[in-house]
Amino acid sequence: MNILVCIKQVPDTKIIKVNPKTNTLDRSSAPTILNPYDAHAVEEAVRLRKEHGGKIIVLSMGPPQARLAIRKCIEIGADEGYLISDRRFAGADTLATSYALFKAIEKLKEEEGIELVLCGKHAIDGDTGQTGPGIARRMGIPPLTNVIKVEEVDLDKKLMKVRRKIENGYELIQTSLPCLLTIEKEMNEVSYSPLPNMMRAARYEPIVWTVDDLNDVDIKQLGLKGSPTIVGKMWPPEKSSGAEMIEGSTKEQVEKLLSVTYEKRELFGVKGGEKS
Amino acid sequence: MNLEEYRGVWVFIEQQEGQIIDVGLELLGAGRDLADKLEVDLCGVLLGHNVKDSAKELFAYGADKVYVIDDPVLEKYRTETHMTAVGDLVRKYKPEIFIYGATSNGKDLASAVATEVMTGLTADTTLLDVNVEKRLFEASRPAFGGNIMATILCKKHRPQMATVRPKVMPKPEPDHTRKGEIIEEKISIKEEDLRTKVLEIVRDMNKAVNLEDADVIVAAGKGIKDEKGFAMVKELADVLNATVGASRDLVEAGLCGHDHQVGQTGLTVTPKIYFAIGISGAVQHVVGMQNSEMIIAINNDPEAAIFNAAHYGIVADAFEIVPMLTEEFRKALKGEKAGGVTADV
Ligand SMILES: Cc1cc2nc3c(=O)[nH]c(=O)nc-3n(C[C@H](O)[C@H](O)[C@H](O)COP(=O)(O)OP(=O)(O)OC[C@H]3O[C@@H](n4cnc5c(N)ncnc54)[C@H](O)[C@@H]3O)c2cc1C
Ligand SMILES: Cc1cc2nc3c(=O)[nH]c(=O)nc-3n(C[C@H](O)[C@H](O)[C@H](O)COP(=O)(O)OP(=O)(O)OC[C@H]3O[C@@H](n4cnc5c(N)ncnc54)[C@H](O)[C@@H]3O)c2cc1C
Repeated sequence: MNILVCIKQVPDTKIIKVNPKTNTLDRSSAPTILNPYDAHAVEEAVRLRKEHGGKIIVLSMGPPQARLAIRKCIEIGADEGYLISDRRFAGADTLATSYALFKAIEKLKEEEGIELVLCGKHAIDGDTGQTGPGIARRMGIPPLTNVIKVEEVDLDKKLMKVRRKIENGYELIQTSLPCLLTIEKEMNEVSYSPLPNMMRAARYEPIVWTVDDLNDVDIKQLGLKGSPTIVGKMWPPEKSSGAEMIEGSTKEQVEKLLSVTYEKRELFGVKGGEKS
Repeated sequence: MNLEEYRGVWVFIEQQEGQIIDVGLELLGAGRDLADKLEVDLCGVLLGHNVKDSAKELFAYGADKVYVIDDPVLEKYRTETHMTAVGDLVRKYKPEIFIYGATSNGKDLASAVATEVMTGLTADTTLLDVNVEKRLFEASRPAFGGNIMATILCKKHRPQMATVRPKVMPKPEPDHTRKGEIIEEKISIKEEDLRTKVLEIVRDMNKAVNLEDADVIVAAGKGIKDEKGFAMVKELADVLNATVGASRDLVEAGLCGHDHQVGQTGLTVTPKIYFAIGISGAVQHVVGMQNSEMIIAINNDPEAAIFNAAHYGIVADAFEIVPMLTEEFRKALKGEKAGGVTADV
């Protein structure tokens, strides 16, 4: 079973800073990492390859330094990495992103079959979770989002059973193959990479394609031009008037706090208090 | 695309096992406002099996029309059926704005429909407005990295779509005298042609953590440092009969599970009292709790952003004040909890 995993390089949002004057991101301050959900997706591909054979191909759209994220996937155990990188892809929203990735997947599919496409549940920077379902729609295959477990794969019947996380629980879905899954963190633990993988990754150079390497691309659907959404404005959220500060010694603060919550004390499981 | 052909504000009404869930009603409230400004109808879209009767309920919450497709293939949510049904409705009736709840299924559906009808979709919005003159939908979402909101526009494509976080918009008071029109449509898909099947739905209603329904939440952040600090917070929560919440950094530090996380990538909560202990107040956290009735923040940094979001603020060392607070609450509540009514109630 050949598996294609879409992976994104993202700024480490825990460290990224916003310039308070311009309201823009100070990208130089943020190191980049492989989107954590995508690491779980590659890990799951490795697990599935162990059971069902086949090849793992990772695909990313991004600037040249996204190579690093692809190397990280090789470390986890991917076989091959492709980077589509071109100024004409830049500024894409999710509709244009899914178009570009779809075009690359079509070309890869010509070379070898792809039975399964994996994406992360979302990317931690843009954080929309929209790219995966978009790719599936373009490929005409079923998307199953928020997957926490692959229960069963039957390659002869071309069927798969997965658990999909929903509010307060999960659902068990059967789908035909090929299909696309978006992967949650609960799926697996990303294990430490074996040494040979690390060594291979250190030297690994992904195959880089530009727009011209893809077939029948409608340039109008790419990048900023192909994106229906645009960022109108960015602003710091309104500061509210702020809290009423409870001053005094710690003991006084505790006492005052008790009195502010006094009226609501029936919420604390007290019987007999008046309901608000 | 002739933008002028597109009129009306639509809300996707999500149901679970035949029951309409709250987020759709909340969005009818928000959608009513947009529709009034644009002077157009507000329409609900309800898909399912044996759901037609519930459609009437939507008029009370502000809908003028409800598009209903009632068919056994739509009984359980599946991307392929719902995407096709909604796509067909959009092509036929051409709404200018279409909003969905940002639930698992709502996000899944909206993403697929956006590609199906080739339009823009803004994710996880918390603020909706409209520029009436340009008929431009202004959907805003917290953007990464710090105290920033971004307004996303979709100028040249219709419908203008967004997913909206549950519990962000207030659920309107129903007005049962309101009337409206139900428009029934059909779906062309047959079960035999489908590639997915929902075999089982497991809902764990007695889940240990049920933050979304909690009246009192005691939430902790990185400021409580370690397991000892977390145990201290849990004890306060126990005494207050409260549910424990957490910032993302605390979850990532491994001190509690993701199902405790409040915020943009966690849950949106609206308890009656929210304690924020050792939480800095990053916008991604605040969007998840800002609609709580009373917010009490405890932080040792007087400049912490959480004090902007809180109603009451206490500058103190959590390790000093929380155990005292626990003790005093325990004492104060003890008599009442055990003996029921006390003299001064
Ligand atoms: C602050 C901010 C807000 C934004 N808001 C919106 C919005 O509301 N609507 C909108 O349409 N766009 C929005 N965008 C643009 C969006 O981030 C980009 O389109 C981006 O290319 C993909 O979306 P995402 O980051 O949300 O990824 P998601 O859709 O969350 O990513 C899910 C998965 O798709 C795959 N994937 C995503 N991007 C790539 C890639 N470049 N290469 C390979 N695989 C990938 C990965 O497997 C990833 O785990 C926003 C961007 C920013 C910075
Ligand atoms: C895309 C994205 C999504 C995100 N989603 C979420 C989300 O859903 N939820 C969320 O919470 N975060 C989210 N974040 C992370 C968010 O930006 C913050 O990093 C996070 O909320 C900070 O957690 P914290 O307040 O616990 O930690 P910190 O920011 O480290 O704050 C700790 C606070 O504790 C105080 N403190 C320290 N010692 C003491 C003491 N002894 N007594 C009292 N106070 C003390 C400090 O003054 C400080 O204010 C997201 C970020 C991104 C980029």
